Amino acid sequence: MLEIKDAVISVEDTPIIKGLNLSIPAGEVHALMGPNGAGKSTLSKFIAGHEDYTLESGTISFNGEDLSDMDIHERAAAGLFLGFQYPVEIPGVANHYFLKTAINAQRKERGEEELDTAAFLKELKKEMSELKMDPQFKSRPVNVGFSGGEKKRNEILQLALLKPKMAILDESDSGLDIDALQVVAEGVNRLRNQERSFLLITHYQRLLNHIKPDVVHIFADGVIVKSGGFELAQQLEAEGYKAFA
Amino acid sequence: MTNLNPVDATNDQQADDIDNYVSADYEHGFVTNIETEYAPPGLNEDIVHFISNKKNEPEWMLEYRLKAFRYWQTLKEPTWAHVSYPPIDYQAICYYAAPKSMEDKPKSLDEVDPELLKTYEKLGIPLHERAALAGVAVDAVFDSVSVATTFRDTLEKAGVIFMPISEAIQKHPELIQKHLGSVVPHTDNFYAALNAAVFSDGSFCYIPKGTRCPMELSTYFRINALNTGQFERTLIVAEEGAYVSYLEGCTAPMRDENQLHAAVVELVAEQDAEIKYSTVQNWYPGDDNGKGGIYNFVTKRGICRGARAKISWTQVETGSAITWKYPSVVLQGDNSVGEFYSVAVTSKKQQADTGTKMIHLGKNTKSTIISKGISAKHGQQSYRGQVLIQPKADGARNFTQCDSLLIGGDCGAHTFPYIDVKNQSARVEHEASTSKVNEEQIFYCQQRGLKEEDAVNLIVNGFCKDVFRQLPMEFAVEAQALLNVSLEGAVG
Ligand SMILES: Nc1ncnc2c1ncn2[C@@H]1O[C@H](COP(=O)(O)OP(=O)(O)OP(=O)(O)O)[C@@H](O)[C@H]1O
Ligand SMILES: [Mg+2]
Repeated sequence: MLEIKDAVISVEDTPIIKGLNLSIPAGEVHALMGPNGAGKSTLSKFIAGHEDYTLESGTISFNGEDLSDMDIHERAAAGLFLGFQYPVEIPGVANHYFLKTAINAQRKERGEEELDTAAFLKELKKEMSELKMDPQFKSRPVNVGFSGGEKKRNEILQLALLKPKMAILDESDSGLDIDALQVVAEGVNRLRNQERSFLLITHYQRLLNHIKPDVVHIFADGVIVKSGGFELAQQLEAEGYKAFA
Repeated sequence: MTNLNPVDATNDQQADDIDNYVSADYEHGFVTNIETEYAPPGLNEDIVHFISNKKNEPEWMLEYRLKAFRYWQTLKEPTWAHVSYPPIDYQAICYYAAPKSMEDKPKSLDEVDPELLKTYEKLGIPLHERAALAGVAVDAVFDSVSVATTFRDTLEKAGVIFMPISEAIQKHPELIQKHLGSVVPHTDNFYAALNAAVFSDGSFCYIPKGTRCPMELSTYFRINALNTGQFERTLIVAEEGAYVSYLEGCTAPMRDENQLHAAVVELVAEQDAEIKYSTVQNWYPGDDNGKGGIYNFVTKRGICRGARAKISWTQVETGSAITWKYPSVVLQGDNSVGEFYSVAVTSKKQQADTGTKMIHLGKNTKSTIISKGISAKHGQQSYRGQVLIQPKADGARNFTQCDSLLIGGDCGAHTFPYIDVKNQSARVEHEASTSKVNEEQIFYCQQRGLKEEDAVNLIVNGFCKDVFRQLPMEFAVEAQALLNVSLEGAVG
């Protein structure tokens, strides 16, 4: 589904990602772990199409399509979702309105019918209750005044409603209390299926206890230094990054 | 206390991406081809006589105009506003223009020149009642004359007077003599004096005691003629316990020459009366290089004469090359309320110096000011607001929130609040912020599927929400659409 080959990605002419190979087939869950400043968020924003990041060499494709040719919103409509490490506040725009606008924008881009409001609201209500979100978050402005954990939960709500083909979740577990972590993990597990892929960016094994990954990648200084199974996360937890240096 | 706090957009990375858009067309920029009767250009006592004559005015009105004209001659154009433009040659402007077909005062819509009716239809304001917006009565002013006023019968039954001010001068001289110039005297300022001398048309609304006006009233101003100023004069009087919601809309053709619009609007609210005055101003803003566009120099003021009276100004200002406008409220009655909600956009090379004045005279008077300024491209905008609490205004309260949003690095936002409190029991709060539409917000929206331009619109509309929700529903939708058009091309 997602294929990245020999990618060198730079910010203002400084390479951050220095020759990355990553292949995530449909239906698989991959975890990406790496120290602060390694370039994990850089990679996720680059995949989503952020203009600050330039592909100096290498290739990136999504479902066989060259992502370099696609605008940010086109990538979204093609089924790429990014759960932000730092979700952005949009004052004055109600959460439900934002979601509906986003869903319909994607549908329009794909040449589909607009979602009918009643159906949307029904689904929204259902997903919010699954995620144990207070109904007031429906009409509050997007992320404004949300606590760190509430923002993360709101990202998962968007994920659940947008139903992408591939979701990159950048530290969706950071800042969550134990119960919230459970709720978010359940949310992801519910969405897991044969077609949908995930890239989970995380610092901690505990998220992976709840969401069992198919592959774990250890990422440091712009390259993947090791890939393997769940045991890599356990080794990391026990020994720290020096084990992979 | 005077606080000068200019905030300029700094050039940064973001600015590089901005400015490379095709500009949105001003969709109301067409010209109506009709025969027009003009007064010869220039301003002197003969012209004042000419205008008064054209309108068949009584002697007292002519005297008022002449007094104002003579006073105006002693004044200098104000220069304190934070705007710049080449000097205006007041002798090159034409002070009266009217469609020839209006000469023998059509008695009904059937007699109005179809070209004129078509113009309004094109602007989305059908004047035939069956096609008209439900629940909105319209007075349509074309250059210097009113061409039609709808739903007059319905309103008359409720006792409401809604007619062109030129007609009211004939039919209701006692009301006009009592109120005209009572809120904005001809001595108020340079443009108010000019307006008093040469005002052409505008609306008169009178809501009798205890009456809730059964429909929204609105006036639609259209400047069509070349090199002509429009000097509208509007007067709204709400007697004790009356209520009215009034909306004003404005457009003009795209012309390379600047055109002057110097209006005066006066509102009188007696005890327990309420006037809601909304403006959607979309005068031609000029092109991207600052050529053409309307100079909008306007004096708007309301007075809450009696206890518990309330006046709200809501304005959405997207047009005009230069705006100079401070809709104000004099809070005379105890417990009276004044509100000002404003969204102003300056894009292209537009300049706006706008804000409000809240003058607290009575006890427990309350005012709220919410101002949202948006600047894009090379737009320059200043908020200038005065809150004055006089010694007798025990328990007066004001809340001011004044936010500026910058799109791109070449525009500017400035804030000039003047707060003068002469009563210790008063409470005055002022909040101000300047922010930029930031790249991360746009990226977030785009990642969720919105196109860049739709993302900017969503963010800007969110920024303006507190003001839009003050507008009547159908106009809120219009205002939102207008905002999107005005900002088209602002980010790229
Ligand atoms: N827009 C930018 N401008 C300048 N430097 C940047 C930019 N984006 C990322 N960087 C730099 O690239 C490096 C990688 O940052 P990134 O945010 O991708 O790290 P990360 O792996 O997500 O770290 P963390 O675990 O702390 O979230 C950092 O040194 C960061 O300062
Ligand atoms: Mg990160």
